Amino acid sequence: MKNTLSTLWQTLFGHPVSAFGVVSLLLLISLAIAPAKNHFSEWRHYQKKYLSLIRGRGEAITLERRFHDHDGIQQIWLPQLGVVDRCTSCHVGLKEASLADVSVQPFRRHPVIPHTLDQYGCVMCHRGQGPATTVEEAHSSTLAWEQPILPSRYVQSSCGQCHRAPLTGTPQLNLGRNLLTRYGCVHCHIIKLPDGSAIQPTDDPPSLEHVADKTSREWIYAWLKDPQAYAVTATMPNFKLSDPDARDISAFLIANSTPIAGDTAPVTTNEKTPDPAEGASLYGESFCASCHAVQNAAGNVVGGDIGPELTRVGNKVKPEWLRAWLSNPRVYDPGTAMPHYRFTDPQLSLLTVFLGNKTDSDLLANVHLDAATPEQIAHGKRLVTEYGCASCHEINGIKKSDNFAPELTRIGSKPLTQIIFLPGMTHALPDYIAAKIRQPRSFGSALKMPQFSLAPAQVDALTTALLSLTDRAHDLPMALTVPSKPPSNYQPAGKAGKLMDDMACFTCHAINGRGGDLAPDLTWEGSSVQRAWLLAFLKNPGTLRPALIRRMPRFNLSDDDAKELTDYIMTVYQTPAFDRDSMPASGYPPVQVEQGRQLFYSKYACQSCHIVDTKVDKGYIGPSLTQVGSRLNAAWIYHWLKDPQAMRPGAIEPNRNMNDEDARALTAFLMTQKGTGKQEAKR
Amino acid sequence: MTGAEKNARPQRLKLNRSRCDYRSAEALRHPRSGATLIGHWRTLVAFSLIVVSAGCTHRSGPASALKATGFGAALVESSGGKQIGATGSVLAQPLVVQVNDEQGNAVTGALVEFSGPAGVSFDPQSGVTDSSGQLSTNVTLGSMAFRYQLAARTSTKAQKPVDLKIEEIALGYQQMVGFQLDNKYCGRCHNPESSAERVSNYDNLEVKPHPFTEGDTLNKMTDADLTAIISHGGPALNKSALMPPYGYTLSKAEIEALIAYIRLISDPPQHASGTVYAQK
Repeated sequence: MKNTLSTLWQTLFGHPVSAFGVVSLLLLISLAIAPAKNHFSEWRHYQKKYLSLIRGRGEAITLERRFHDHDGIQQIWLPQLGVVDRCTSCHVGLKEASLADVSVQPFRRHPVIPHTLDQYGCVMCHRGQGPATTVEEAHSSTLAWEQPILPSRYVQSSCGQCHRAPLTGTPQLNLGRNLLTRYGCVHCHIIKLPDGSAIQPTDDPPSLEHVADKTSREWIYAWLKDPQAYAVTATMPNFKLSDPDARDISAFLIANSTPIAGDTAPVTTNEKTPDPAEGASLYGESFCASCHAVQNAAGNVVGGDIGPELTRVGNKVKPEWLRAWLSNPRVYDPGTAMPHYRFTDPQLSLLTVFLGNKTDSDLLANVHLDAATPEQIAHGKRLVTEYGCASCHEINGIKKSDNFAPELTRIGSKPLTQIIFLPGMTHALPDYIAAKIRQPRSFGSALKMPQFSLAPAQVDALTTALLSLTDRAHDLPMALTVPSKPPSNYQPAGKAGKLMDDMACFTCHAINGRGGDLAPDLTWEGSSVQRAWLLAFLKNPGTLRPALIRRMPRFNLSDDDAKELTDYIMTVYQTPAFDRDSMPASGYPPVQVEQGRQLFYSKYACQSCHIVDTKVDKGYIGPSLTQVGSRLNAAWIYHWLKDPQAMRPGAIEPNRNMNDEDARALTAFLMTQKGTGKQEAKR
Repeated sequence: MTGAEKNARPQRLKLNRSRCDYRSAEALRHPRSGATLIGHWRTLVAFSLIVVSAGCTHRSGPASALKATGFGAALVESSGGKQIGATGSVLAQPLVVQVNDEQGNAVTGALVEFSGPAGVSFDPQSGVTDSSGQLSTNVTLGSMAFRYQLAARTSTKAQKPVDLKIEEIALGYQQMVGFQLDNKYCGRCHNPESSAERVSNYDNLEVKPHPFTEGDTLNKMTDADLTAIISHGGPALNKSALMPPYGYTLSKAEIEALIAYIRLISDPPQHASGTVYAQK
């Protein structure tokens, strides 16, 4: 061995000339390492592949010229955003519209979005390590860089970093944000927005202070064990309680409940048993289904989601409570979204019996609870505190604890080093969040977070919404963020204001930024309609849009109340844009009316969406115009025709850029449509 | 990194699969960057790729340990086909297929496997049908805006495969904007289907609008024609005035989005499908 080595040494360095040669060679080789590494770098490899790809295409010369203007390492540098992105070194064709059909990465064209690469770079939306020049480091590395590439299924979360308001193109993000508030996540988890405000829940979990008036202990037990067995659409999660725990919590809630005067009403038994068909038709006429859903025989849930599902409501509520609730829900829950219908006594009996019959004999069949012992009640109280029931529900004697669950304000940038992954799980933040939402207790059976009943698309949407809560979202320059509309706490004044609360107008209608979107915005209703029509409509709402299944119910208002409300709306809800009395209600010259008729049917073809003459017209999209002359104000019609979206943002009637003369003629024609009076009576 | 990108770049991405051992992949790849092995680096990389990908395949385990206990003669779609979703997203409704025998009765315990082009994934990828003969799977779309042709396969007792083709549509950002605009403005007349929420006005119109899936007609119209008719209404192209102009209501970008959406959902598609997009 020693001999071999010394021979080798002798051969290489024995002679000064050969020694010089060998040393030179070694030096050359070591010098060549750096350029060789550069020459064989990945980005060069991809740029060569890109060239061979575009050479085979029709527009090769243009593409090649554009490529050679920018070969070598590419970089997008945005100091203000902290972006240094070299992604375009390999993703060469991102801006080439003609590469739309290429599916091979990294050469795909970027899909069309409202931003350009030069504005925001890549990692703002896709995450990953921008300055890296190898595939592995740019996309997957979680060692030196915390955030690997974001899977495209969650990419909408990146829009949410800057855009706080819903965007048309990001339904998944919008849904996720909606679920965060609707499923009550933010009752337990605090999520602060960059402006310092916290996300507020939009669900309204019922108070449990008087729950014994409303329901039985057996139902509470069954509900706690499996809320979705009672109602498939229930948003209440499953706490996976053991039988004794559910028994003790139900015992505590019943024992802890205090009675409240007037929330039960005697159900007279000597009344004639109401016809179930009549109950069903009253349920239909009152448009209960606009807010409440019922599962039909085929298993489909039909109806609105503003109020709770009523499929098995007869198993839940006591008839005495139900009757009192239907009579005036505000006695039991002053803040409820349910309107005060002012039903008559026979109507109350009809509905109470009709709803009371909505039962499922299996639901409570196996629930047998013995009388509760004091120990059970005490244990129930402990459990209620431990599980944080008071985070959502009001419970006598138990305070809502702040910080019940971890704050999620910056969950989208949670360092991976702080996360304990399950065995076999991909070590990535989105997978962790999704797994937490899907099965919270899989991370430990002692964890308190309950099991929510969510479809896979909903889990993805929630994950997307949570991933948008990044450090970047909080640290962005304010000029770059697009804030959401500030929440409005508008409250109408006086007696009319009380009436509007009583009838829960804001559940469906929005006024001055507050309220629902089920029905038209009423902010400028006083400029829009005629007084007599509004008064009659409030007394007996007719149908303006025959094709709609969700319509304004009849609240059986007294004459005084209807007048009070009409006066208030006509006085207060006025647009500053024009004077309501600037155009006459009648007296238009017949020539102008005829001109309007021509324009209606020919130039503007309004009959495709509206009906003026029920014999000829068939348009079912917009409201019926057969009595529009008795319903709307002339100046409103004129200004609406000129620019519908200015009168009601989001209106679907297209802006026709109508000239003055046409708008006046059409107004004249429409104001002559007074209806026959018969149709009014038919409603 | 999405599945689509993974499969579209097999060379590089096999290495990046997170379930492979990152360090061993790196070690195998390492010689490539050494200057001494210039002549053989291609061979080495190819070799290492084979080793690594074989390892990956092995580790992900056999496709299914499921055994068919029933065999059907026909495979039909129950629900969940022709859905529209965002690229890379899980479809809102699961895809449900049903296996029937020669008499048309549901078959329990038949093995069904789903497959699709690059980027599409199924949860579960395969399974046996339940007591009503059905199997349900959640479909995740690929990351390209595209009409994805999926397939379900079961086999008869004689081991003859029975195939079912299903189509799902993935919308990119722009097409998604178009889809929302269609729902708000266009669908009320152009979509003949009524839903509980929205009654279609299609049947009430004297001149029938073209449903946006009517590829035979719409594919013949250029983008400029469609822009003109959306902006200026039917009369712009000597068509019915029942189609109003939306040029003062929608922005230019919104009209482009609408056209991008129409082009994607038209049936037959505007571009010949398959050859470029869909290959694995």
